[in-house]
Amino acid sequence: MEDPIKSKIQSTSKETRQDILGRCLTYLCIGLIVAIVLSIFIFVASKGIATFTVNKASLWEFLTGKNWNPTVTDASGKPQLGALPMITGSFGVTILAVIFATPFAIGTALYMTEVSSKKGEKILQSVIELLVGIPSVVYGFIGLSVIVPFVRTHFGGSGYGILSGSFVLFVMVLPTVTSMTVDSLRAVPRYYKEASLALGATRWQTIYKVLLRSATSGILTAIIFGMARAFGEALAVQMVIGNAAIMPKGLLSSASTLTSVLTMGIGNTVMGTVGNNALWSLALILLLMSLIFNIVVRLIGRKGRMD
Amino acid sequence: MGTKLQNNIAITIIRVIAALVVLILVLLLGKILIAGVPHISWHFLTAPSQSFESGGGIGVQLFNSIYLLVLTLIISFPISLGAGIFLSEYAPKNFFTAVVRMSIEVLSSLPSVVVGLFGFLLFVVQFQMGFSILSGAVALTFFNLPLLTRNIEESLRAVPNLQREAGMALGLSKWRTVTKIILPEALPGIITGVVLGAGRVFGEAAALIYTAGQSATNIDFGNWNPFNSASPLNLLRPAETLAVHIWKINSEGVMPDAAAVSAGSSAVLIIAVLIFNLLARVLGNSLYRKLTATK
Amino acid sequence: MKNLTKIATVIIASTALLVGCGNSNSSSSSSSSTSSKAVSGKITIVGSTALQPLVEKAAENFQADNSKVNITVQGGGSGTGLSQVQSGAVTIGNSDIFAEKQSGIKAENLVDHQVAVVGMTPVVNKDAGVKNLKMSQLREIFTGKITNWNQVGGKNEKIVLINRPSGSGTRATFEGAVMNGETAAKSQEQDSNGTVQKMIAQTPGSISYLAFSYVKSDVQALSIDGVAPTDDNVTTNKWKIWSYEHMYTKGKPDTTTKAFLNYMTSSKVQKSLVKDLGYISISNMKVQKDANGKVTDK
Repeated sequence: MEDPIKSKIQSTSKETRQDILGRCLTYLCIGLIVAIVLSIFIFVASKGIATFTVNKASLWEFLTGKNWNPTVTDASGKPQLGALPMITGSFGVTILAVIFATPFAIGTALYMTEVSSKKGEKILQSVIELLVGIPSVVYGFIGLSVIVPFVRTHFGGSGYGILSGSFVLFVMVLPTVTSMTVDSLRAVPRYYKEASLALGATRWQTIYKVLLRSATSGILTAIIFGMARAFGEALAVQMVIGNAAIMPKGLLSSASTLTSVLTMGIGNTVMGTVGNNALWSLALILLLMSLIFNIVVRLIGRKGRMD
Repeated sequence: MGTKLQNNIAITIIRVIAALVVLILVLLLGKILIAGVPHISWHFLTAPSQSFESGGGIGVQLFNSIYLLVLTLIISFPISLGAGIFLSEYAPKNFFTAVVRMSIEVLSSLPSVVVGLFGFLLFVVQFQMGFSILSGAVALTFFNLPLLTRNIEESLRAVPNLQREAGMALGLSKWRTVTKIILPEALPGIITGVVLGAGRVFGEAAALIYTAGQSATNIDFGNWNPFNSASPLNLLRPAETLAVHIWKINSEGVMPDAAAVSAGSSAVLIIAVLIFNLLARVLGNSLYRKLTATK
Repeated sequence: MKNLTKIATVIIASTALLVGCGNSNSSSSSSSSTSSKAVSGKITIVGSTALQPLVEKAAENFQADNSKVNITVQGGGSGTGLSQVQSGAVTIGNSDIFAEKQSGIKAENLVDHQVAVVGMTPVVNKDAGVKNLKMSQLREIFTGKITNWNQVGGKNEKIVLINRPSGSGTRATFEGAVMNGETAAKSQEQDSNGTVQKMIAQTPGSISYLAFSYVKSDVQALSIDGVAPTDDNVTTNKWKIWSYEHMYTKGKPDTTTKAFLNYMTSSKVQKSLVKDLGYISISNMKVQKDANGKVTDK
């Protein structure tokens, strides 16, 4: 005869079953996301690699060449596929935009978490949420009608270029970086701050020596997310950067980004042709670069935590 | 006292920066609203759009935007909730988790054009869903998933461990602790995340041009049968959203009042986001009160 | 609160349900399009963003008369239109460019239906102080040999070139008529008429080209060799920069599609809509152009 108590203890309880079910559900969700990412990756990669396997373009020339002219073939019968101008342009606007945005984002985040009253915090919170809500098309047209003339009169040139692009992106990435910085500052345990203040540190010393230090990895992630947004942004940048597929000679001359060339060209090329495949190669670069960024940040974040 | 002075200077700088950010928004909003609000009328909000005559409205586009947003949230919220719970509560510290995190970050940095074209080739062409709300909603889900997942994870993490320990001590399973103690506590944070994501979804154009399409078919607001092609709820009709409409009339619009329609639409879009944010905050607060029994 | 899990389950279930319904619905609608009754069925049109408003409006009117026909019109660009109609994913592909001129398209499989003519004109910022150019001057501006407006009788101001992306129908037309085989200098590119119009209006010294219907009072349209960019000059080919708007089908169109294409070329559309949208009616043309740009009298 089985001991009823023993069997009850040994059999899976309702709680456990529920736990297993729940756990499975979360695994399912995460699996779905990974599957989506993988399928996009495979999709973009298969199309992007075709430039090199089917159309026989050289990878090295693609990354370092300065002539982008997919429809024209050179003397040896190969298409001119040099993506360096776009790669430079993309990096240029992204890095510049983040350089502009980071101090603003950290300042605003600190104001929200450390300096302001509850009311000021609420106001800024809505400000940030509204900035996210403005569609990129609208940013683009404001950029075209405000920032381009501003750059033209104050910095010179035609007004279209990397500088204008990064000004527009600055406003666009600001909410992303700020709200994530706020999150990471809030995640710093309260007693860190209390301990520091109890030791007689000023508010700024606490912020600088304790809060920012312990939130470093979170802030870095925020910056990377900002960069990611800047990198992937197409419609707004396209309107102010000038879209000239030439090596940028400075911040004020017309340049182009990977996304701007991609958006403009994709409707005008036919699936499976060199021109179209080359655009997918650009998309692949976009993917790979964000991957590299992520890895770099992970390394930095890990190092920051160990110190 | 050097440190005191330093402190004051630093705090002042922080205040100035915050003020500048507010100023930027005020200028932006001012520009959009001043240009747009005079064009907003009941007629503008409800009338169908015109392709080349003046006097067109944005009724259909407005409805499409909201419907698409709701659909996107319905699809993406449960998935990211599960994923967020996994990452904050269950994820073991191993290679697999690192890969998962990485792929979420990559997904969030995908350029919208790429997602749009992926959606176009896969859903519109391959699965024969056509240019439809459904294709658009799935494409938007791709954007929303990483944002939401990340936010849910962070909100869950922000709940003090004490709460988890308390749940465990009561003999609750981990799953029950998460769903009954941690989740309600994290809800306001999650709601904020949904709002932020919703704002982005509302303004997204590039991904929708190739998936939800850029034409607004006439829909009959008296017909709520989702299987009728003229019904507003039909999932398979093409649906131009407000953001796509702004993009379209700015790039190829030939109607004489294109600039006015564009300005008006932008203003409506911003106001909609504003209303949405307010609503969500009210909702978040009342939900928090209900679920945690705080006053 | 048990409800939360329940809510989640319900949401997931209903999503699955909706997706399921969606699929079944699409299969039923595609099957209905294959059954060819008088004029009923589904037409999907994709392609040229420039042609989209015209086709959209025409489709709306057509559907008002034929309630059983369901027409969807989308943009996406000429390249998309041609590749989608070639692969059979859509019924009609709109294009600003001859299929023969688009790489990767097998033109012999497609049937061309020309529905309108669009004239294009060079436009400059009003500041430049130029209203007329010789064809050779225009070419030298776009090849980068002339870089200042004072070289062609305008103000002392640097020329800012704004081109259209290579592969776009507008650029192909312009280069075919103006460039004489020479390659344009690398310059800024912008892909839509509306944006180009805004940029020209506010950038001093800029030059680009636009379809007639986008030329507004804030930009200066140029005459070439004394010929003004007017509809009349296009119909006689005195004004050289013009192209057809094409609607391509894969093979012969079916009855419904045929009916719609006939409607597009009917005087009802040609006399009113085409004109209202700034196009030139195909029936007014006194000349015709082939894919290689050869112009012959009609």
